[in-house]
Amino acid sequence: MHDAVVMPGGIRAEPGMRVYNLKLGMWVFLASEVMFFTGLIGAYIILRFGAGEWALPGIPLEEGGTPLAIQLTAFNTFLLICSSVTMVKAFASIEHGDQRGLRLFLVATVLIGATFVGIQVYEYMVLAHEGFLPRCSDELAAIVPNCNLFGSTFYTMTGFHGTHVSLGVLCMIWVTVKAFRGKYTRENHGGVEVIGLYWHFVDLVWIMLFTIVYLI
Amino acid sequence: MDWLPIAASTYAAEIDRMFYVILVITGIVFIGVEAVLVYFLIKYRGREGRKAEYIEGSNKAEIIWTVTPAVIIIGIAFASQSVWPDVKDPDRFPEAALEVAVEAKQFEWNITYPGPDGELGTADDFARRNQLHVPVGAPVVVRLSSIDVIHSFFIPAFRIKQDAVPGMQNLQLWFEATQTGEFELACAELCGLGHYRMRGRVFVHSQDEFESWLAEQS
Amino acid sequence: MATVEAAAVPLGHAHHEEMGFIRKYIFSTDHKIIGIQFLFTCLFFLAVGGLLAMLIRWQLGFPGQPIPGGGGLPDTMAPSGIMLPEFYNSLVTMHGTFMVFFAIMPLLVGVYANFLIPLKLGAPDMAFPRLNMMSYWTFVPAGILMLASLFVEGGASGAGWTVYAPLSAVPEYTGVSLGQQLWIVSIIFFAGSSLLGSVNYITTIINMRAPGMTLFRMPLSVWSLFVTAILALLAVPILAGAVIMLLFDQTIGTTFFLPEGGGQPLLWQHLFWFFGHPEVYILILPAMGIVSDVLANGSRKPIFGYHSMVFAIIAIAFLGWIVWGHHMFQSGMNPLLGTSFMISTMAIAVPSAIKVFNWLGTIWRGNIQFHTPMLNSIAFVAMFTIGGLSGIFMASNSVDIFIHDTYYIVAHIHYVLFGGSLFGIFAAIYFWYPKMFGRLMSERWGKIHFALTFTFYNLTFFPMHILGMGGHMRRIYDPNQYEFLQRFQGMNKFISISAFLLFASQIPFIVNFFWSLFRGKKSGMNPWRDNGLEWTIPSPAPHGNFEVTPTVYRGPYEFSSPEVEEDFLPQDLPLNGDRKPVRQQVPGD
Repeated sequence: MHDAVVMPGGIRAEPGMRVYNLKLGMWVFLASEVMFFTGLIGAYIILRFGAGEWALPGIPLEEGGTPLAIQLTAFNTFLLICSSVTMVKAFASIEHGDQRGLRLFLVATVLIGATFVGIQVYEYMVLAHEGFLPRCSDELAAIVPNCNLFGSTFYTMTGFHGTHVSLGVLCMIWVTVKAFRGKYTRENHGGVEVIGLYWHFVDLVWIMLFTIVYLI
Repeated sequence: MDWLPIAASTYAAEIDRMFYVILVITGIVFIGVEAVLVYFLIKYRGREGRKAEYIEGSNKAEIIWTVTPAVIIIGIAFASQSVWPDVKDPDRFPEAALEVAVEAKQFEWNITYPGPDGELGTADDFARRNQLHVPVGAPVVVRLSSIDVIHSFFIPAFRIKQDAVPGMQNLQLWFEATQTGEFELACAELCGLGHYRMRGRVFVHSQDEFESWLAEQS
Repeated sequence: MATVEAAAVPLGHAHHEEMGFIRKYIFSTDHKIIGIQFLFTCLFFLAVGGLLAMLIRWQLGFPGQPIPGGGGLPDTMAPSGIMLPEFYNSLVTMHGTFMVFFAIMPLLVGVYANFLIPLKLGAPDMAFPRLNMMSYWTFVPAGILMLASLFVEGGASGAGWTVYAPLSAVPEYTGVSLGQQLWIVSIIFFAGSSLLGSVNYITTIINMRAPGMTLFRMPLSVWSLFVTAILALLAVPILAGAVIMLLFDQTIGTTFFLPEGGGQPLLWQHLFWFFGHPEVYILILPAMGIVSDVLANGSRKPIFGYHSMVFAIIAIAFLGWIVWGHHMFQSGMNPLLGTSFMISTMAIAVPSAIKVFNWLGTIWRGNIQFHTPMLNSIAFVAMFTIGGLSGIFMASNSVDIFIHDTYYIVAHIHYVLFGGSLFGIFAAIYFWYPKMFGRLMSERWGKIHFALTFTFYNLTFFPMHILGMGGHMRRIYDPNQYEFLQRFQGMNKFISISAFLLFASQIPFIVNFFWSLFRGKKSGMNPWRDNGLEWTIPSPAPHGNFEVTPTVYRGPYEFSSPEVEEDFLPQDLPLNGDRKPVRQQVPGD
């Protein structure tokens, strides 16, 4: 693919970062996304370590442990990582001009991504039922230390992440539809590359979130 | 030039001195820059048939006017350190002759004094609203708190200001008044519709007067 | 979304079918139209911000007296025209909000980043024209929501433009509920608009420079807009996260900033100022870049120390990330942190000083043309010097104990934002008006506007230093409650009258601006005899900008060059005389 932009008159622009516009734009956009999540995660870290007691994993709920379902979410994390793998394979396919592979792996990514969102929504429903909300129920607040703070930070961080994944799935569907219509070729598949970049970013954020919210 | 309020605490003079030092330095720079600017504007004003000199820069000039401000700035920074830790670091506060608790709320200052036993937090403590009574020439430590929004404890004559942040324990400030008289306490952080009238009065008594005032309160 | 197929064919519009009025002027993807849209919209918001300031100054100059024409205001704001304290707090809040987010920042970035970047780089448009269009059309709802907040029940936010929590997080503390929420949602839209813009500016500057336009041949206006865009890209998301958390505290019961729930009010300040300090450099850097361009043009001389100027811009941007704590010196944070923030804050004075000296060096031995843009740029240098120097007082943490939250700070802010940014904006408007509209604004009325503005501006804001020295607090509805402030009533009145005259002085500007659209002198291609690429195409600049992409042979500041007789030398003029474009061959192509 072209690594320099061509301007009117067939004239090549000054070499910039030797990355086509769409890809450079996506990297720039992702930089802002890094800062957005940094703000949310930074707030969580400051609040948690300023709060003293915190509901830790590995301790039963009744004894002030975490209300979160670690095992289910661990499986969900694994799913998301798998979807990054299928995304990589989709990109590799079109790099070799393999249309069938592209379509297969894009569909797989969409399905796995949608499943991830589904499981997250399910977990939210279970937690809400138990009284774990942005503002905890009184019963739960009595058991879980700093429950309100935990709820506030948990739902904000994972909620925005989930929104990003959902929007990613929608974009992925659109890219998949285009793939089925034969819009991508070995020479031109920038759309696949940039949705892939976004997808990997969203996966990375999740791995961080999972670690600092569920595991530590 | 009495633009600054009266200086009535032990560290007020030091803060004022710092202010004036910076004023002199920045004043010289200000006059220098503006004078040079005006001079150039006049001397190099456009005239028919003249051409400007094609000068792109000067490395020597760049070095001079990078290093010189840097040195001046470092000097000011070091000088500023003179009083900051002494005023703000609780570990460096002098031994308190009087300790009071000031609780800020919308829109008043509630001041709790230690009673005759001289200790804050005991049964003989008493509280007054918007009135801070202190003895002259003795260090006073204020334990500051807020029960609603952020306020800021500001006594201009003493040059002390400290935000009262709800939820922050152990906020402290100190001052030692150097003259008797009546001064004002203001709120210096927007705290709602009554922010403008969150005023307290600070009474600095002689040691004897302060003791008799204290005795009167029980 | 544009795909790489689009990049493989020459950019620009090969098709010239007639677009309807709506596609061409309302939902335009042409960066120049978008820039002009921002210009009209933001001049409106500048007027709104100014009007709010007039109300503030009325109260301070004539406390408790009925506002002239204020009888029409609702009783929740000013019964019988006499302002209520809560309304005063909202005025102070909304003045700052409109000026920062809807006037100064978008006048510099939304207007001039959009208008200038492709033109000055030799590009046909931005990298992502449709995202660019959306950047304007997310800005408009942001503005509408912010205006709407003035009229809802409970009134507009009254917590200051810095909306500190918990004051802003709990409706009971201010009586404002919906108004604060609208403020937050408006800022979220604003953040989206800013993001779309930043992605465009950065991608375009990196990837779409005409051949020969190396980074170190870009004008300083473009450099400053580039660095500003990076700052905005990285800082605005922090604000977005913070206001979302604030909205949640207000509405769904979270407790990020509420101590009752284990939250920390100081967290708000850290988040806000971590955004807020880079934000103020966003507000000044583009103006500095614009002033550099205009000073070189007006002096008919190269900018002095071009490389140093670039490094100073970058240094200011870098250092701007590590100084935020100086807004929080008195907040109760660890005194050691106070010391470290003081040091970094003092450090940032150095690159700013370097820039001022280089501007003086530019004028030195020049052949100065005192056209209106030049006057405004000179004023920038003079006033920014004052604003920058006054910053040193508050950088000193000990002095700041006294002057924090006083009018000393207000003086500083307005010297850098008005004396600096706004004069820079005026310079830009007068300078690039011909390229936008094909006509010149009246020089005579430009000079009258400048003289009046400069005079009344200084009369308004310089005395605020004195108020601050006296301990006069900020955001105070009635200073006369305090005996130690009663002596300043006369000065407050003086400031207010100067402010009214300052506001009135903008009338010649508004009239000049609109009148010249229709009756201004036709400007021709290059009325300022400037070197930038934008001056090599017709005025107003046509759709698609350059018929053929130019080739650049030199930097933008070759004024009074010994190589030619004229006192300017355009960037794209090869010195054998003809303007034939060069088809750039890429090695191995």
